[in-house]
Amino acid sequence: MALYREGAIEPVADEGPVPVAFAEWLKDGKAPAVSLANTDPVEALQPHLGGLSLIVLHFPKFSDGRAYSQARLLRERFGYRGELRATGGVLRDQLPFLLRCGFDSFESEQTGFGEALASARTLFSVVYQPTGDGRATASQLRLQRRNVRLAAD
Amino acid sequence: MPDTHFYRYDDYDRSLIAERVEQFRDQVRRRLAGELTEEQFKPLRLTNGLYLQLHAYMLRIAIPYGTLSSRQLRKLADIARRFDRGYGHFTTRQNLQLNWIKLEDAPDALAALAEVDMHAIQTSGNLIRNVTADHFAGAAVDEIEDPRIWCEIIRQWSTFHPEFSFLPRKFKIAITGSPNDRAAVRVHDVGLRLWRNDQDDVGFEVIVGGGLGRTPLIGKTLREFLPKEELLAYLEATLRVYNRYGRRDNLYKSRIKILVHEVGVEKVREEVEAEFAAIKDGALKLAPETIEAIARQFAPPPLRPKRTRVPEVEALKLEDRDFALWLISNTAPHRVPGHAIVTASLKPAGAPPGDASAVQMEGIADIADRYSQGEIRVSHEQNLVLPHVAIEDLPAVYKALRRLGFAEANVGKITDIIACPGLDYCALANARSIPVAQRISLHFAELARQHDIGDLKIKISGCINACGHHHVGHIGILGVDKNGVELYQISLGGDVDFGKTTLGTILGPAVAADKVVEAVDALVATYLETRRTGERFVDTYRRIGAQPFKDRVYGAV
Repeated sequence: MALYREGAIEPVADEGPVPVAFAEWLKDGKAPAVSLANTDPVEALQPHLGGLSLIVLHFPKFSDGRAYSQARLLRERFGYRGELRATGGVLRDQLPFLLRCGFDSFESEQTGFGEALASARTLFSVVYQPTGDGRATASQLRLQRRNVRLAAD
Repeated sequence: MPDTHFYRYDDYDRSLIAERVEQFRDQVRRRLAGELTEEQFKPLRLTNGLYLQLHAYMLRIAIPYGTLSSRQLRKLADIARRFDRGYGHFTTRQNLQLNWIKLEDAPDALAALAEVDMHAIQTSGNLIRNVTADHFAGAAVDEIEDPRIWCEIIRQWSTFHPEFSFLPRKFKIAITGSPNDRAAVRVHDVGLRLWRNDQDDVGFEVIVGGGLGRTPLIGKTLREFLPKEELLAYLEATLRVYNRYGRRDNLYKSRIKILVHEVGVEKVREEVEAEFAAIKDGALKLAPETIEAIARQFAPPPLRPKRTRVPEVEALKLEDRDFALWLISNTAPHRVPGHAIVTASLKPAGAPPGDASAVQMEGIADIADRYSQGEIRVSHEQNLVLPHVAIEDLPAVYKALRRLGFAEANVGKITDIIACPGLDYCALANARSIPVAQRISLHFAELARQHDIGDLKIKISGCINACGHHHVGHIGILGVDKNGVELYQISLGGDVDFGKTTLGTILGPAVAADKVVEAVDALVATYLETRRTGERFVDTYRRIGAQPFKDRVYGAV
């Protein structure tokens, strides 16, 4: 399976720690990499996030979107800063969503995936939802504009 | 052309829609080049409103909160002419469907829509669908606050939501700003009802888990009173709980209503409130300036109070019986004295409910420009509404609508039938809906008789997915297939109006297609013979029960 990260069109080498399954990891919570099913509770990782450098979240099908919620909770609620990888049904047209939810590495066999990744953040110049990616939303930009206008008046 | 009195896109909204068209153009190109399989392409086209139906692709165009400007309606007519067969079908979810779109034309059709700040985003797929509202919003006498302000706030938040684009199943939200609910909020995944509490604050009752379809359920109150500025955080919490815990093992058990039904509303509430507590003071909390900026765009048109008693109107009432009936059934009180809300009936005798040709759309746009502030609404009952008409203009509006064939005085009456597209168009249907509606419509065409029968809602679905809302019809008709024969199951006593949401009860064995009219006739005859003064059909049914109706129907067919 090809692994992609932002910054490279071509697949990158997978040199990180080998993830262990969630049930295995739970035994001592010490392994640096863990792989979750999309039904596993991400809450259980919270006390150990400092020791984790890779969390793998799985899409059994591209149409099963549970891992998007897991990703946002890890990034935004629990403050996880390590690598967050999407595996399984990962298609290039999902990339804008995946990136906004905090994924930063992707396993995919789809043709053109690397090219799509390179342009996924700029495909849409406007976002409406605040997420952990920190992009200013349309309504935040409107407020800024309004304040600039008021200051100028 | 008058100014619009609803949300106008700014450069942010426009950029996003334009970029979306280009993204879809590339996706269609890849599909046509064979780079995408149909399975991979399907969710992409669906989130752009493109369905593959029985005969062709169907494009479902979003009409957010059912509100259109005349300019937008003219563009819809133009698109129907250029890319389809010159007509469109207004749906029960305030959308417009074009039934004969070619895949290679779809990106151009979407680009044409974008010219008037419209799109087909999220009209399909397992995500948050186009949000619906009271079609009398901004004009109704009983309104506490215009629900469209909140629909627009939700439209923006839900558009391309990165976390909620692959939910277990579709998710429909409806909002009413009036105590007399005209948006059917109790039969949606989430229904929002604006109300004013004892402290004189306006907020939302949040209702969850309603829905029709295979398992009709009436929604339960998730939160009695939600402060308005917390709406998006609360919805995000609700959707997150649904996305994580909603069933995905069975298509028919994946709506949030099943989650609510199986684990109980108390458990769902506990989860949602816990999630909400964690995010409520975050970036989703609505700034007062944001709410005000959107609310300002829905400021009502500057209508001056006018005469309520107009001699020309009174004279025409005496002279033209159909006009007099039309005033009764097709106009509703407006909050500004001397004005009325006019419903243009898209149900002339024998016509497919909800269809309008390009010429008719343009005709309505002209009438709206001249007499209704350039504004048109689509109702969930598949009619078009002219929300701001002066009473003194009613004769002219009536005549103009009559020329278009949209002045049938039947709104709320037995021929104002809701029907899904049925087997004529839909790949899911078991039976035809439109021809059944047409036969009933022709049988009861006589207007004086319809007005004598009074308020009676017939709703027809061609399969148990219930797009024709048959569960909440006073008379519900459901098409079923029995060994290749189309049969129709009749239910009585459903109701969705004014907050008294009730599901109908099946009357008895399904009847053959050619017996549906006789059955309806027998139901009506039973009602007419037993009603008390002032009783509607559904009131009589509630008083006397099913048996007399049953005896008559199964004695007759």
